[in-house]
Amino acid sequence: MTTVSLPPARTAPQAATAGGTRRTELEGLRVLPARHPGRWLATGVVAVLLAMVVHSLATNPHWDWAVVAKYLTWPSILEGVWGTVRLTAAAAAVGFGLGTVLALMRLSRSPLLQSVAWLYVWVFRSVPLILQLLLWYNLAYLYPALTVGVPFGPGFAHLETSSIVGKFGAAILGLGLSQAAYSSEIVRAGILGVDQGQHEAAAALGIPRARQQWRIVLPQAMRTIVPTSVNEIIGLLKGTSVVYVLAYGELFYTVGVIYGRNLKVVALLLVAGIWYLILTTLLTVVQFYLERYYARGALRILPPTPLQKARWAVQVGWAQLRGRPVPAGWAAGNRARGHLTRTARSTRREIGGAL
Amino acid sequence: MSATTAPAAAAPVAPATGGHVEVHGVHKSYGTLEVLAGVDLEIRPGEVTVVIGPSGSGKSTLLRVINHLEKVDRGFVAIDDALIGYSRRGDTLRELKEKQILRQRTQIGFVFQSFNLFPHLTALENVVEAPVSAQGRRRSEVEPEARALLARVGLADKADARPRQLSGGQQQRVAIARALATRPKVLLFDEPTSALDPELVGEVLDVIKDLARGGTTMLVVTHEIGFAREIADQVVFMDAGRIVEQGPPADVLDRPQHARTRAFLEKVL
Repeated sequence: MTTVSLPPARTAPQAATAGGTRRTELEGLRVLPARHPGRWLATGVVAVLLAMVVHSLATNPHWDWAVVAKYLTWPSILEGVWGTVRLTAAAAAVGFGLGTVLALMRLSRSPLLQSVAWLYVWVFRSVPLILQLLLWYNLAYLYPALTVGVPFGPGFAHLETSSIVGKFGAAILGLGLSQAAYSSEIVRAGILGVDQGQHEAAAALGIPRARQQWRIVLPQAMRTIVPTSVNEIIGLLKGTSVVYVLAYGELFYTVGVIYGRNLKVVALLLVAGIWYLILTTLLTVVQFYLERYYARGALRILPPTPLQKARWAVQVGWAQLRGRPVPAGWAAGNRARGHLTRTARSTRREIGGAL
Repeated sequence: MSATTAPAAAAPVAPATGGHVEVHGVHKSYGTLEVLAGVDLEIRPGEVTVVIGPSGSGKSTLLRVINHLEKVDRGFVAIDDALIGYSRRGDTLRELKEKQILRQRTQIGFVFQSFNLFPHLTALENVVEAPVSAQGRRRSEVEPEARALLARVGLADKADARPRQLSGGQQQRVAIARALATRPKVLLFDEPTSALDPELVGEVLDVIKDLARGGTTMLVVTHEIGFAREIADQVVFMDAGRIVEQGPPADVLDRPQHARTRAFLEKVL
């Protein structure tokens, strides 16, 4: 008898007497999934719209796909892409390095450090990026020579400003320093989000203060820092296009130079757009794995990687085709969340258990 | 040194000697609220003192003052004649730098009500962290000891688990192992079982009992009166920032002298 193996009913007492027969009766029933006509309709409309877009992309000759394809891997375009990547990486390093320092200053116990950090964020968040870029590029006008030495005392080395702060230098200063203002707030929010008990436990154990931050607090803060940071870096990647005002050879400037000569404006803008899309996609992939890494400890079961998901989908599909039971795996974790693995059989089991 | 190959199990897992704790005339206020209104307490080496009392009576603050998580307004705390948070030169007391305070804290193990394990580190890494980073000991030397500590709290097989994969009782036992890892002279427990499901309380109390028998100086804040009766050498009843009554458990718990103690015990028993 199947009723014997079922768990004892937890609900009303009459279930104990009448439940047995009702349960066996329900066990044999077929489960029909709910119907969603509205969803089908919406899907149809969107599919038609999508088809129209694809059709026009393919058939409208003004898109100049041949020109796009030709310039996509053009040597000077690739150089421009490299320029964009370099700018983004350097500005992100400056921005997040300085941003972390500023965040720690804001959270320090020294009123002066706190105020300086606050002042920095206030200034650099308030002034438009393009203005900052031009200012940095004209630094040589303010300070023709830079001197390394004792503050208010003698100097050891004199350098000409324009030799250090060229186009690339000005671009990194502008992008990096303004990025630092934003990222310091992100890092600060992340640190504030870490439970106070963590600071206390680290202090109670006698762990040195710098180590408390780097080993205990920041790794936990990273979980909230990463998503917003990648967002910022994507913004920065696109923001590098502003550097065209300095005539620095990044992607957007390079594209401008080329269409200025051959007048294939739309095609070359498309080339730039495609490259920005590719670079952003790469960053998104990095974000996924970073988030997964810093989720250790915060989640009991890590989310599957796209590769694991694909492999699992294939296994499930194959098993269903052959009428075999769905394989276990990371799906076991998902079952609790109630998606993907809900089969007619498991639904029936749940109904039976509830009665 | 490295010539002798002592087995890992023989590593000195328990603190060798218990410390002598003195608390003298300690006052502490938060704004206008006086949390500790002149507390005097002595804990002899190897003794177990249990602090009971209503919430808000200053029990937790007393513990936090002892390891200098909170600064005292007046009075002093000393462990084995060394002042906590200050150094004495002649007639002046100098406040210690944070670095020195951190070093003092390695002699005082603290177990929190909410465990406060580091969630991104495994159980073993949680235990290894302080001896390596705060005491500058070699990881290769600390790790076998940390494993022995985890074995002692019954979690030898959970060394590689992260806190969130453990039950509350298991987490608190890891936290106890972590507190023991710096070989402290004194162990402070701040309501170690209050955040646990009832059926998990026993496993944590068993570990604490085991430590109590091992001759560690301990100060335990708890609401478990039966447990207090079993392990305490001395029971302290606190109310409104003062010690109302103290003495052997048989006196304080079974024949309380003060009306406030009686009223409290009637409510919790």
